Amino acid sequence: MKLAFNIAVRFLKSGKLQTLFIILGIGVGVSVQVFIGALISGLQKDLVNTTIGRSSQITFSKTDDSFITNYEDLLLDILNSDSRVKIATPNLNVPGTLYNETDSNLPVLVRGFDLESANQIYQFEDSIIQGRMPNNDNEIILGQFFESELGLELNDTYTINVPIYGDQTLTVVGFFDLKVKSINESWAVSSIKTTQDLQGGSVVAKQIETQIKESSYFDAVEIKDLVLTKIGASYEGSDWVSNNASLLSGLQGQSISSLMIQVFVLISVVLGIASILAIIVLQKSKQIGILKAMGIKNSDASLIFLFEGLILGIFGAFTGILLGFGLLISFQTFAIDQATGEPVIPLFIDYGFIGISAMIAIAVSTLAALIPARKSSKLSVIEVIRNA
Amino acid sequence: MPNVMELKGITKVYGEKVKTQVLFGVDLAFEEGSFNAIIGQSGSGKSTLMNILGTLDYPTDGDIFINNINTKTLKKNQISELRNQNIGFIFQFHYLLPEFTALENVLMPHKISKKPITKDIVDRANELLDFVGLSKVKNNLAVNMSGGQQQRVAIARSLINNPKIILADEPTGNLDSDSTEQVYGLLRDINQAYKTTFIIITHDRKIAEKADRIIEIKDGRINLDLLNQTL
Repeated sequence: MKLAFNIAVRFLKSGKLQTLFIILGIGVGVSVQVFIGALISGLQKDLVNTTIGRSSQITFSKTDDSFITNYEDLLLDILNSDSRVKIATPNLNVPGTLYNETDSNLPVLVRGFDLESANQIYQFEDSIIQGRMPNNDNEIILGQFFESELGLELNDTYTINVPIYGDQTLTVVGFFDLKVKSINESWAVSSIKTTQDLQGGSVVAKQIETQIKESSYFDAVEIKDLVLTKIGASYEGSDWVSNNASLLSGLQGQSISSLMIQVFVLISVVLGIASILAIIVLQKSKQIGILKAMGIKNSDASLIFLFEGLILGIFGAFTGILLGFGLLISFQTFAIDQATGEPVIPLFIDYGFIGISAMIAIAVSTLAALIPARKSSKLSVIEVIRNA
Repeated sequence: MPNVMELKGITKVYGEKVKTQVLFGVDLAFEEGSFNAIIGQSGSGKSTLMNILGTLDYPTDGDIFINNINTKTLKKNQISELRNQNIGFIFQFHYLLPEFTALENVLMPHKISKKPITKDIVDRANELLDFVGLSKVKNNLAVNMSGGQQQRVAIARSLINNPKIILADEPTGNLDSDSTEQVYGLLRDINQAYKTTFIIITHDRKIAEKADRIIEIKDGRINLDLLNQTL
């Protein structure tokens, strides 16, 4: 083993330039792996976050569509049933029509939340472009669309007509922009107490909205089922995974295409290493012949080339990680969106993935050396001596 | 003196479809400590004989006994080991490992045997390099030496494992006449000093005449086998 290793090192050292080029070749392959990996997972995370990051990921409600009366207890039950559930907030929506002085009216959905916890999901506070959050009963914030369409102003009091329950007055204390047109055009956000009052004052909620930890986004279905078994059969749940089949298939497509790229990069690295090592065997056939004449065993002769593959793989993987990080850092530093100051390409550095890429490169380099290693063990001493 | 190597009815046929027989039932025995020359013209079969003697090639038929062990009974790895321990090679083209220094080349057969590198063995390697007059250049890479120096390193290397037999194939074929004299003198000295059996293959009669025994191969058969009376 030691002898084969020493000879391998000496062989590699004797052709420094060639060795350097092979290491660089493997390195470029690994760096592409690292970069593409970070890019694809960054894109996926970004896409998932923009799509579901600011909405309820699992929503629980009664199976018979009735009101939830004991929602405070239910909130605790949901939060306690699975540690992956991060936020749970009660919600009561009341549809109505908003009037102004000139009698033009617009339909509105008043969404009543426990504002403190709901803010963690929807980030209302960060979305307010004018005014403040509601902190008293009968205060609402509206989408910015209402400001222009109805000519509403801050702190004005307006009438809302709620079917069955009749007209009531609300004070607009702020305008928000949640970056989704349909929401900006239809939502009014208030405390749950406000919507309860709009519906006659009974302390009820219609649904419980939850968010789960980011690392468990894709476990939404499993978490939903788990929570449902804990809170009883009178509830049902709706999760983002089941509701976003097309997003999921898009993500899957992205994963598969990134896998394809990585597989092809690997194949080219393998072919490169195998062919170069095959040439090295030819170059070193005289030396292998001499060693065999001196009695080196075939297995040891083969080991020399396996070690060459291993050494090249280790150095190549190391170079590749450095190059990959260089690429990632330069993209994060120089490719910046002028408007937001954020990197143009969202990258996610997964050290586990980088580790696996490096291990695969090393394993593959060693495997690629198998063919030349076999070739060297079949090398006949006499032919080498004859062809001197 | 007992025989250190013995060939019995060795034949060698090359080729599958068109068969070319190179050796025809060769019987030969070499005594321990003897200095033998095998001569013959090119194509006579002497190189094939040498390869078979060195266990680098297999005979089509017949048996080879090295130290009274029939090599037919040995597996590949055992033959490699036998070669490593009992036979030293000196080739026409020196065949040093160019990536290693003279000293490392001399130590290589010992390293291949996987025995530990002790101070004794390094001393012995130095002693051998001294013996062939190369102590000053022992740390030079093989490629940075002259042909004569390289061949002398190869000789030192062939001796490191204390082999019983040294096979030399045209050991001076690539050297000028001064170096040739020097190398032959050296081989003789080793033969005397270590009682090593030498089998030297050459096509040069003048060189062969310096051996104790001359064997001539012609058309794959032993044409002549005589003890050199002039010595």
